[in-house]
Amino acid sequence: MLPHDPLKRILYIDLSRRSFEVRERPELFDESLGGSGVGIRLLEEECPVNADPLGPENPIIFTVGPLVGLYPLASKTVAMFKSPHTGNLGESHAGGRSAVSIRMAGYGAVVIRGASVMPVYLVIDEDGVRFRDASALWGTRSSYTTGSVLRVREGGSGTRSIMRIGRAGERLVSYACVITETYRHFGRLGLGAVFGSKQLKALVIEGKRTLPVADRRAFRQTYDAIYKAAVDSPLMQKYHELGTPINVLPLDAIGALPTRNLQSGRFEGAEAISGESLAANYLGRRVACAHCPVACIHLAALRIPYPNDPYFYKTLMLGYDHEPIFAAGSMLGLDSVPGMLQVMDEIEMQGLDVMSTGVTLAWATEALARGLINEADTDGVTLAFGDAAGYIEAVQRITTQPTDFYRALARGVEHAATIYGGRSFALAFGGNEMPGYHTGPACHVGWSVGARHSHLDNAGYSLDQNALKKGQTLTPEFIGETLLNEERWRQVLTSLVLCLFARGIYDRETVLGALAAAGFAWDAEDLERLGAETLRRKIAFKQREGFDFGALRIPQRIIETPSPGGPFDEAFVREAITHFAGLV
Amino acid sequence: MAKRLSVIDVDRCVGCQMCMFACTRRTGYAGLENACIHVRSAGGIRKGFTVIVCRACSDPPCARVCPTEALTPREGGGVRFKPNLCIGCYNCVEACPFGAALWDETNHKPQICVYCGYCADYCPYDVIKLEEISG
Repeated sequence: MLPHDPLKRILYIDLSRRSFEVRERPELFDESLGGSGVGIRLLEEECPVNADPLGPENPIIFTVGPLVGLYPLASKTVAMFKSPHTGNLGESHAGGRSAVSIRMAGYGAVVIRGASVMPVYLVIDEDGVRFRDASALWGTRSSYTTGSVLRVREGGSGTRSIMRIGRAGERLVSYACVITETYRHFGRLGLGAVFGSKQLKALVIEGKRTLPVADRRAFRQTYDAIYKAAVDSPLMQKYHELGTPINVLPLDAIGALPTRNLQSGRFEGAEAISGESLAANYLGRRVACAHCPVACIHLAALRIPYPNDPYFYKTLMLGYDHEPIFAAGSMLGLDSVPGMLQVMDEIEMQGLDVMSTGVTLAWATEALARGLINEADTDGVTLAFGDAAGYIEAVQRITTQPTDFYRALARGVEHAATIYGGRSFALAFGGNEMPGYHTGPACHVGWSVGARHSHLDNAGYSLDQNALKKGQTLTPEFIGETLLNEERWRQVLTSLVLCLFARGIYDRETVLGALAAAGFAWDAEDLERLGAETLRRKIAFKQREGFDFGALRIPQRIIETPSPGGPFDEAFVREAITHFAGLV
Repeated sequence: MAKRLSVIDVDRCVGCQMCMFACTRRTGYAGLENACIHVRSAGGIRKGFTVIVCRACSDPPCARVCPTEALTPREGGGVRFKPNLCIGCYNCVEACPFGAALWDETNHKPQICVYCGYCADYCPYDVIKLEEISG
């Protein structure tokens, strides 16, 4: 690390004492770069064994990396905490302006300890922390309001990040998210509930500075090569044009689009909710994370008439991606785009993770149809595939929790199915709800073992799809080994907080060149070591908190519903999991 | 002919701030502080973005209020900035209605565009462009 690089500065905030201090810890970043690598080491230091995830002892750790502020697409912040949703490792990544703002404020990491006795929000800049009263913001109906208020009340427009929770986080829903820059999220595993448990409503972080480079000429050359690859090569084109929903139609075509709680891999409404259809009929604006030329964030403009008030309309601007479309669209049988977008909007207002919410409601819909629950449980709400109005009502109740049933739903599908039954069609892996792919066995193995983060996303679905294209037969050994190697490399990318969409641009050589110009003399072996060590530490943390590869539940639904990867059984999935576990 | 940076179509701006990073990189550093261009949301990202650039006025108010001639009018429009003469009075920042005299908190001096167009080379969506001042 260069002598004047502020990356080594870690901001420690104590909410219980309303105090803060900055400590310089260059060795942490020299050894582990940042992001996941530094994050897991700080979590090991800060989080006591068997900590209550919603107690003051659970830390919130944000980390960035050396390439942030230097190169395009180094745009993510890694959050680490103990997850109230799974009870083990909580790791969630978000972009927006969060990473650049933390780096520009002059920190490599922010550690939040303790809990406040009253609602607060924090304003962070290079001078430290201001604790501000958030009691008036607590309980506001829509998460959008918090963003609007802080945007006007605090300075630094353009060079700040505003992270905030909605009411779901205040009410400790175990999959409540943290929203940043309106359209990006620390989505999964319940960081919003951890904020809520600390009465931390929001965090504004702002900064603007220069950063030193080791060699100006090499820096500019490396920069230009990365920039050119990002804007000119086809590697990023799909994210730029249709965005991640480019996946909807191809997945549906091969029967891999989870539909109606994965009763099918094909959705007759796929065309309507596809990336193509949304772009043609609703795309209102594309936006980007700070220092990313790709602009993958797609916003739909939806004009809604007021039913009893002619000439009154409101226009929603709502972010959409593949996963929200799966979770609030095909999984709930919603083929009406306005309906799907309004469900997503309600989820945003509450501040919930859209994937966990959609999968949980899909299970609840089937549970109601099978008579496991009744309308007294649902507080009179009719849950039926294709009925957006019912889902909007249910989303609100996940936050307000008027019945025992909603209190159970507020802890996710694994918990709810343990109480009410229907575990065979409760689509969670290790306690976290599934993402939007049913390509074959490898994706499900990946979700079961994935230590990386929250999306659960991993190389599994591309293994399935590549095997399909090439007519190969996957073996448990091949799946376990390939997933492990890819997971190790992704630890390197997420330690550098590179957007994983850019993994085709940042190959090993490019990463080493970029690091050299930033003053890190690393070689390929150093990268391998960091990847393996970070993965090992993360799995060790999970196991320390009770995770057990052997005890993973495999939902029968993934076996029963045909996937394009062909039939597979539970033994196959377990064998691949065992193989992965043995290699770690 | 003197050149200036023009905002061609702000509705194509995605808020990536590549221009701000480019402007700082021009000075040999990474980061944002040396940027003479600023991009912020137009009141929440849903409303799009505001791109703040020096429009190279023919009678620049920033130069008129400069007490030390650190800012002087440039022939053909815009200003030249001599940091050695600047006393950091902040008058220029307050005089520019666009907010295009940005402030360098480290050196307590304004950041003034030099009309080089380096930022425009890194705008992937043709939001900004270096062009000759006409009329």
